[in-house]
Amino acid sequence: MPDEDRVKPTEAQLKARRSRSIAIALALVAFVIIVYLGTMFKLGPGIFDRAM
Amino acid sequence: MALVEREHINEEAVRLSEATAGDFIALLKPRVMSLVVFTAFVGMVLAPASPNPFLALISILAIAVGAGASGALNMWYDADIDAVMARTANRPVPAGRVAPGEALGFGLFLSAFSVGTLGLMANWLAASLLAFTIFFYVVIYTMWLKRSTPQNIVIGGAAGALPPVVGWAAVTGSVSLESLVLFLIIFLWTPPHFWALALFKSGDYERAGIPMMPNVAGGASTRRQIFAYALLVAVSGVLPTIMGFASLSYGVVAAALGVAFVWYSWRVLAVKGADAALRPEKALFGYSVLYLFAIFAALLCDGLIARLGV
Repeated sequence: MPDEDRVKPTEAQLKARRSRSIAIALALVAFVIIVYLGTMFKLGPGIFDRAM
Repeated sequence: MALVEREHINEEAVRLSEATAGDFIALLKPRVMSLVVFTAFVGMVLAPASPNPFLALISILAIAVGAGASGALNMWYDADIDAVMARTANRPVPAGRVAPGEALGFGLFLSAFSVGTLGLMANWLAASLLAFTIFFYVVIYTMWLKRSTPQNIVIGGAAGALPPVVGWAAVTGSVSLESLVLFLIIFLWTPPHFWALALFKSGDYERAGIPMMPNVAGGASTRRQIFAYALLVAVSGVLPTIMGFASLSYGVVAAALGVAFVWYSWRVLAVKGADAALRPEKALFGYSVLYLFAIFAALLCDGLIARLGV
């Protein structure tokens, strides 16, 4: 597609997108940490204690 | 792309979002969320259980996100009335910064996410209660009661009163009479709090067509009802001591806070709106916020002292 046909984001749109991207990244990192630590605290060593 | 096609593109459909992360945070109603976090935390501290601190923290986070999700769904549904009320016109959806569909998707995703997380990290009773709270606030209050009856915030207040019960259930796995007393304090506090606001914002509510008590039953009836609820609030505040799960010191503090609540309500009743600036109503509204914070702070201190055996 030729360049002139693309939708050109404005400065404000680019700034807003960057702010949203950073927030999503932080939320995902927090989620990974929460699930990891939560699993450790909830199940502890029992995490591997499963029937084969 | 041909010129003719370009002319037929709907500008709105290809509009790139200018919503910042801050707009999405505003959808979560952070101030309401902070009250939810605080009351849920007090419920956890008072509960007779010693949860892992990290799991308790995650549970609080999940409850906070669940409350935020219901705020986002409320703002999605209420965008039309928010747009005509001065207090809410600048919210992200009516202001056009966040598209309604984005707010809906955000709210639904966070609802499922918070309930699932609470279920996995605490227990499924607490998760069910959180799901019920979100459902009650969004469907029963926002979609149904808010626009149809002046009892909207009386019944809808149950949603705002549930967080300490969810917090209690998250650490004990059960619902007890003590947690229901915490529910009762917030439930009875809600009508005088919102009706005080509605008395000095009645123009806003009228423009939006929301049947708040002052618009439907009139100022005199609303003031009488505020006073009646204030008496009930004062009694409910001392119930923790009467029922034996808070100390006498807490009871004294709660009684003093309750007497002040009744006094502020009495002024609203006695002045009968004769003050053009509606100062008694504004004073009651301000005090009601302080009251709820103070009574739960007192319960928190009492619970911590009992827990630490000071």
